[in-house]
Amino acid sequence: MKPSPLTYHRPRSIDEACQILADVAHEGKVLAGGQSLIPLLSMRLAAPAHLVDIGSIPRLDAVSSSRELGVTFDALTTHSVLEADRGAAQVQPLIGRGLRLVAHPTIRNRGTTVGSIVHADPSAEMPAVLALLGGSVTVRSVRGVREIRSTDLFAGPLETTLEADEIATSVTVPAADPGVGTAIDEIARRHGDYALVGVAAQVRVEGGAVAEARMTYVSAGELGEVVDYTDVLRGASATDDRDPLWRNLSEFARERIDTEPDIHATARYRSQLVAALTARVGFAAAQDAVLDGAAVHASAGGR
Amino acid sequence: MAKATHSIDEQLAELQEETGEQHLAVTFTLNAVTQTVVLPSRTLASDAIRHHLRQTGTHVGCEHGVCGACTVLLDGKPVRSCLVLAASLEGREVTTVEGLVEPDGTLHPVQQAFIDCHGLQCGFCTPGFVTTIAAFLEENDSPTREEATDAIAGNLCRCTGYQNIRAAVLRAAEIKRERSGEFPLGEDDESSRASLDPKVRGTTNPVGGRAGRA
Ligand SMILES: Cc1cc2nc3c(=O)[nH]c(=O)nc-3n(C[C@H](O)[C@H](O)[C@H](O)COP(=O)(O)OP(=O)(O)OC[C@H]3O[C@@H](n4cnc5c(N)ncnc54)[C@H](O)[C@@H]3O)c2cc1C
Ligand code: FES
Ligand code: FES
Repeated sequence: MKPSPLTYHRPRSIDEACQILADVAHEGKVLAGGQSLIPLLSMRLAAPAHLVDIGSIPRLDAVSSSRELGVTFDALTTHSVLEADRGAAQVQPLIGRGLRLVAHPTIRNRGTTVGSIVHADPSAEMPAVLALLGGSVTVRSVRGVREIRSTDLFAGPLETTLEADEIATSVTVPAADPGVGTAIDEIARRHGDYALVGVAAQVRVEGGAVAEARMTYVSAGELGEVVDYTDVLRGASATDDRDPLWRNLSEFARERIDTEPDIHATARYRSQLVAALTARVGFAAAQDAVLDGAAVHASAGGR
Repeated sequence: MAKATHSIDEQLAELQEETGEQHLAVTFTLNAVTQTVVLPSRTLASDAIRHHLRQTGTHVGCEHGVCGACTVLLDGKPVRSCLVLAASLEGREVTTVEGLVEPDGTLHPVQQAFIDCHGLQCGFCTPGFVTTIAAFLEENDSPTREEATDAIAGNLCRCTGYQNIRAAVLRAAEIKRERSGEFPLGEDDESSRASLDPKVRGTTNPVGGRAGRA
């Protein structure tokens, strides 16, 4: 349970970090909060010859948010800092809602949200949140800067389209649209543990009924896949979860989403969780859209 | 053996030659004392603290972030020391369970509360609980039972069950408020004042414990 020998680098700027990664070619790995990478090193599931610790690069931990540009957070922004950011919570509430389900506070104090996204663990919440909301990752290398759209980011479990010499410097997520609600929930063996199954949903409501519904999954289905349930759910009541369309959705999701067994749960149990959570989270997102509309009206009326 | 006249860089180069792996000199503050340790660059912070600096209060259970036994405060925030490289501690401040005791030997409210409430049996998990709870109380010094439960959810104890540990969270909050000069039972109340005396405080009753006062 100890990492194998490695050469440690502590660049003081992003340019320096990119240069080191370029020099060591495929032998290097970026170290951010280390909350996923260090266990991999200790268990020797990864043994990079060079570790590039970006942790002391200054000015790489900002969060900015606006209605027009959405929320942008940098590579060193920890889960806990982003979770506590009021501007981000206002502009895109699903970020904070997702982060509250990520690990325990002690892990969130060190783990970064950008790191979690580029780590691309199918059982992590934030890759699912990014996939659902859309947006992009900004990456940098000695060859320059480029943006990777969320739809092009995930290549498979623990695999992204970042090149070996690229560093993700920030992630941008669009602002929430009026009339569109979001929700995320999961079942875990213990609050803070990885989810047995998690679901994130984005639902647009028009005149009290669902007009559009999209969802992503944690620990079920394919990493980064956004499932469009609009056809199944169009017209469902946003205020009455006894509407049969919600039950239809459950059954449809059970068929639609693949689940795998592991030591914590069988595939069949996961399937049941998918069915139950899809309807529950979808309905919560619809209600969020209605509440959001109500809040807008209330604040408009108050003035 | 490196001679004392060698510069640190020369010593590190010699170590690399001898062992075939990179060594680093890392300078950081451990329990208010700033020190420099020379170690292989792959060393985990937990091992640097326990083996290189002999502060063995920090325990190592799972070594992959799950149990919480190795939790220390890094610049005041609880983190898993088994998930931090010692090299990343450069210039930072680390507090372990040893560092929570006041210079005059008075136990930290959380340490006292673990005694008061019988919050430990074998004590293996205790340092991680104590550091985690100490940091938690800095943000919230009057938690509800639910908040207290949540605060300890990330740490595993294989001995005691969590009832007494949760009681210790609430008791620690009480001691903390008492020490900061609040008198929960009114200023004239004997036990309120007594609770400020470290000698007496050691024998006060646990939250939800037997009736009667110190
Ligand atoms: C006990 C425990 C429980 C956890 N529970 C959960 C959970 O419930 N849900 C969840 O989502 N996560 C969970 N995590 C994981 C944690 O949230 C992630 O490890 C963390 O967010 C990843 O970020 P990091 O900064 O720690 O990345 P690191 O561990 O430093 O890096 C992870 C990977 O991403 C790469 N990387 C990181 N940053 C960059 C960058 N800027 N550019 C390029 N590559 C980069 C690294 O090279 C590495 O391959 C848990 C972790 C632990 C230890
Ligand atoms: S030893 Fe670090 S969390 Fe278990
Ligand atoms: S007291 Fe023994 S592990 Fe907690």
